[in-house]
Amino acid sequence: MGVSARRALRALLAAGLGALAGGLPTLYAVGAGGYPGRYGFGVDATPEGIRAFAVHPIVLPDGRNLPPGRGSVAEGARIYAAKCAMCHGPTGKEGPFDVLVNTEPVAAQLARGARPIKAIGNYWPYATSLWDYVQRAMPLNQPGSLTYDETYAVVAWLLYMNGLVPEDATLDQTTLPQVRMPGRDLFVPDPRPFFGP
Amino acid sequence: MPDQSVSPYSERSKYAKSRRHLAQTPTQLSSWSYTPLEALQGPITHPGLHFERHHAGIPDIDPEDYRLVIHGMVDRPRVYTLQDLMRFPATSVLLKIECSGNSLSEYGPLNPNLTAGQIHGLVSGSVWTGVRLSTLLREVGVSPKAKWVIAEGGDAAAMTRSIPLDKAFRDVLVAYLQNGDVLYPAQGFPVRLVVPGYEGNMHVKWLRRLELTDAPAYSREETSKYTDLLPDGRARIFTYEMDVKSVITFPSGGQALPEKGFWEIRGYAWSGRGRVKRVEVSTDGGKTWQIADLEEPVLPIALTQFRLPWTWNGEETVIMSRAVDELDLVQPPREELLAARSPYTFYHYNAIQAWHIARDGRVSNIHTGGGTKWASAQGEHCGLS
Repeated sequence: MGVSARRALRALLAAGLGALAGGLPTLYAVGAGGYPGRYGFGVDATPEGIRAFAVHPIVLPDGRNLPPGRGSVAEGARIYAAKCAMCHGPTGKEGPFDVLVNTEPVAAQLARGARPIKAIGNYWPYATSLWDYVQRAMPLNQPGSLTYDETYAVVAWLLYMNGLVPEDATLDQTTLPQVRMPGRDLFVPDPRPFFGP
Repeated sequence: MPDQSVSPYSERSKYAKSRRHLAQTPTQLSSWSYTPLEALQGPITHPGLHFERHHAGIPDIDPEDYRLVIHGMVDRPRVYTLQDLMRFPATSVLLKIECSGNSLSEYGPLNPNLTAGQIHGLVSGSVWTGVRLSTLLREVGVSPKAKWVIAEGGDAAAMTRSIPLDKAFRDVLVAYLQNGDVLYPAQGFPVRLVVPGYEGNMHVKWLRRLELTDAPAYSREETSKYTDLLPDGRARIFTYEMDVKSVITFPSGGQALPEKGFWEIRGYAWSGRGRVKRVEVSTDGGKTWQIADLEEPVLPIALTQFRLPWTWNGEETVIMSRAVDELDLVQPPREELLAARSPYTFYHYNAIQAWHIARDGRVSNIHTGGGTKWASAQGEHCGLS
């Protein structure tokens, strides 16, 4: 077997003969001009490895990738007071950082000539986005430090403060995606460039 | 006799003055800094002056520990080291990256004291080298169900953005060199995403993970932020492409012409949708326009230098530039942009920038009319002197 054929075979073996036997589309395997179609660099990512690496799951709006867990509005109030209030204020409105609680529609704020305050209760389209962001990025001084349960709790409290769940609510991976956010109907696709600036 | 001779890594001259302007924000962790466009020429911005926008500080990543994981709706989820990524066939491309929030000050009331960089400096140009994302996607085998690639960064915010799969295949780059050398930490060392022509926020820095999905994540950065408010309270979402834009960098805000006579008007033009086709400059407040020279090579989605020879007669005037890209899209006048948007849109500002020149030569920011309305300008030649 020639040198380049041996190299090609090694590359295919590294890529996984099983996959080849499964009948991959030719598009994926064709090379050109001295470049092989596939290289086989890197190593397989195992399910456990992925779970460990993706410690902050990317949550989809229908709730996929939400890990099992639960948290109540009451628990969330305690966590918020301890970890969040110093930046977002005791009721989520006082700042100095982003306002989290506002239920006045953005259109109404614009109509009365005010600079709109866009928050969870009047702008965010999905509750899952809130869980995702709090889990990976908050609090700002210790991002990613909340457990999954604590994240459900804080999100439950924030949704309660924005009038979206009752005070005795407990949210989990099934009920969180079901919370319908007022912001869901606000968003329109990009009309640029051919329909105006 | 020089004090110094050869050295492993050069420093700038002690007489070099250009530096980024830092935004005043409640915390430096989530903040940005502006490229001093008014001090620079040429399509490449030195990485030390490349604009910054960080959402949670700059992480310190050891390249030996670095990993990129590609998983989700793929046949073969893989883990790559930096050496793996560098082993794949590589490509280099000269591109600008622009923050979607660039120039947002101009949505609001006039601040006459701003420089060109302080207004428009969230745009910079570099040669990016790396492996095409399409190469990596072929490696892992994309499932026919997949429609999106969600990119996650390794900063403290673990920032995520969703990228349509066709864009991912078309020209997205997993970059590990900037202007020939490794990335600065502020630019995403060791690896970042480059998404040509799209919002800067999507060029995820400190890239650590790509998950193939059939739906976008609607992450915080593409919902709560980076959505564009309209006058009726609705908002545009997934507004990826950066529009055609230009700014005169000399003479510009904060500078002063010492005397009348010959001056070369200089500036930058760019478009997220392709090449700049033409730049027109007015030196009489928008009454008449001349075509400026474009410095070759004119590359798509890159900072294009324009120049116009000009004789200043010492009188007060207003100068401005207006760029047209290869899709025949043109920058709108400010009033027209504001009429289509709201004063609180924040993102995707690309209106014409005007500079007021006083009789004493001082140049300052000004909001003024001048220019053809968008609807009638598309595809037409404007009145030229």
